[in-house]
Amino acid sequence: MRQLRFDKLGAIIAALALGGAFIAPFATFRANRIVAGEAKTIVESLPQPWSAAVLLVILVGVLVAAMRSPAILRLVAAFAALAVLALGIGVAASHLTPEGNTYARVSPASGFWVMLFAFGLLAADALTRLRPAPFMRIVVLVAVLAFVGMLLLSGTWDGLSILREYASRVDTFWAEARKHVTLALGSLVAATIVGIPLGILCHRVARLRDGLLGVLNAIQTIPSIALFGILIAPLGWIAANVPGAATIGIRGIGVAPAFVALFLYSLLPVVANTVVGLAGVPRDANDAARGIGMTDWQRLVGIEFPLAFPVILTGIRIVLVQNIGLATIAALIGGGGFGVFVFQGVGQTAMDLVLLGAVPTVVLAFAAAIVLDAVIEMATPNTRQAEAA
Amino acid sequence: MPKLSTLFRLGVFLVLLAFLLQPQWFEPLLRPLVQANAPVIYNQGSLLQLTLLHLRTVAIAVSAAAMVALALAILVTRESGAEFLPLSRSLVNIGQTFPPVAVLALAVPIFGFGEKPTLIALFLYGLLPIFENALTGLTTLPPSVMEAARGAGMTGGQRLLKVELPLAMPVILAGIRLSVVISLATATIGSTVAAKTLGEVIIAGLQSNNLAFVVQGGLIVATLAVLLHDGLQAAERKLAARMGR
Repeated sequence: MRQLRFDKLGAIIAALALGGAFIAPFATFRANRIVAGEAKTIVESLPQPWSAAVLLVILVGVLVAAMRSPAILRLVAAFAALAVLALGIGVAASHLTPEGNTYARVSPASGFWVMLFAFGLLAADALTRLRPAPFMRIVVLVAVLAFVGMLLLSGTWDGLSILREYASRVDTFWAEARKHVTLALGSLVAATIVGIPLGILCHRVARLRDGLLGVLNAIQTIPSIALFGILIAPLGWIAANVPGAATIGIRGIGVAPAFVALFLYSLLPVVANTVVGLAGVPRDANDAARGIGMTDWQRLVGIEFPLAFPVILTGIRIVLVQNIGLATIAALIGGGGFGVFVFQGVGQTAMDLVLLGAVPTVVLAFAAAIVLDAVIEMATPNTRQAEAA
Repeated sequence: MPKLSTLFRLGVFLVLLAFLLQPQWFEPLLRPLVQANAPVIYNQGSLLQLTLLHLRTVAIAVSAAAMVALALAILVTRESGAEFLPLSRSLVNIGQTFPPVAVLALAVPIFGFGEKPTLIALFLYGLLPIFENALTGLTTLPPSVMEAARGAGMTGGQRLLKVELPLAMPVILAGIRLSVVISLATATIGSTVAAKTLGEVIIAGLQSNNLAFVVQGGLIVATLAVLLHDGLQAAERKLAARMGR
């Protein structure tokens, strides 16, 4: 009986996927944007032979998941199922929408999300078992993004409600996207420029270290919306009282307080990781550098900084992911970003609009995390990698 | 003799208490922030009540998250659950890239407006740091101690309760502290989906252009977060000291 062994995690995934395929609805059809929807199963929402093909691929995926199978096979099955789901929901949208009807909305229903989650788990598990090299991880990410991009460009998803929302606000979408990225990246760059020298200073001057890290820690505990709000007061005062401040864009409400708040949040991980990284430089390396007559400055640039670099990079990764998420809150104080759609959508109980803001944010944060994790691993010398593992 | 920093925190706490009980005492301080006829102190509800509701939401969500996260962490660190360990590590990493706002907003269609989606979002988001820390705590125990416990003839359950959990407790508590701080912040955003929290004060201020509202709401949440963070940290230290670590 060796061939037919069940995989514990796989069994859970299989049960989830089966429930999603046969019990829960696949798509929701609504006559317009805000009325309650009718749930449709896979067979109802897809034309033949699409429904048969989708069900077949899902069943194969379920079988592969439930049995003990090689990780690479599990990965292929998971990606195949995910791809079929992505294609299928697009086909369902154009199949369910009556010809020429622009009010009707088709969106993925619970069954679709459950299957997406189940096969996403399968893919994540297979990838964890395969432990791909950092470069391969980026390749996989790019391939997945290219596939999604292809679906978007080919118009397969055009019938979906989230893209209907997008179509009616193409210009604002890209303007807010630019603002979001500028806020998240700009504050990161500013925090890196200020934070790394501060970290070096803290490393050299112990008294400064405790005080500064204490203050930055306290800032980190202040809830974002509160910090954004509190900054309105001083920035408003500066705009009103410092000549020239208002003309360069400093205002109480809008991008300025959001930028400053994100900058303040970003400082702690950058400074703290610089300090930790420098403290972790082996004494031998420093002694050897001193022995061959390097000056303090040469030692910093030539020895300490390169050795501390991976740890500093880890701080930057934390900041970037955190900032991409926090930048959504900027919308509440008029700073723009994807949060605009999230909060508008919540206000109008228009779920698709919420998704239009939330999905790009999550994708951005996720992609940033994968890329930076890979870069960190590539920048880390092998000896330390072994230590960390 | 209490340290200066402890006295300072006590002072901050007393000021916070005074502000919640008698906000009108502080009116002159906030007056310059508003236009002539605008109200200075939040007038659509009691600040004290909102603070208590805010804290209640956080307490419910974090205690539920702590129980579930701890149970899950214990499960995947047993031999029978070892298959789930690598995946659960990557899931925590993936989960933490989800911004809290997105989790909150996505909970609305499933659970409607009000307190429910906020509790769910706080619960889900609060799971991650506790689970991560519990995993770290339970998987980095000194092998010699585990060996000794086995050698002394302890069963799996005894080892867990008497050796593993107590030794991992400081790390687990640090996770809970992190979760509390994150939840305090996320609960504020809960007001955008009509949960009764202090975020209501800030959002009312942002909408009516009343800076005094924004500042008082923001300062209350910020003070709560810093005080709770420091308080929990002190409790952790005390516990660690009692265990002789």
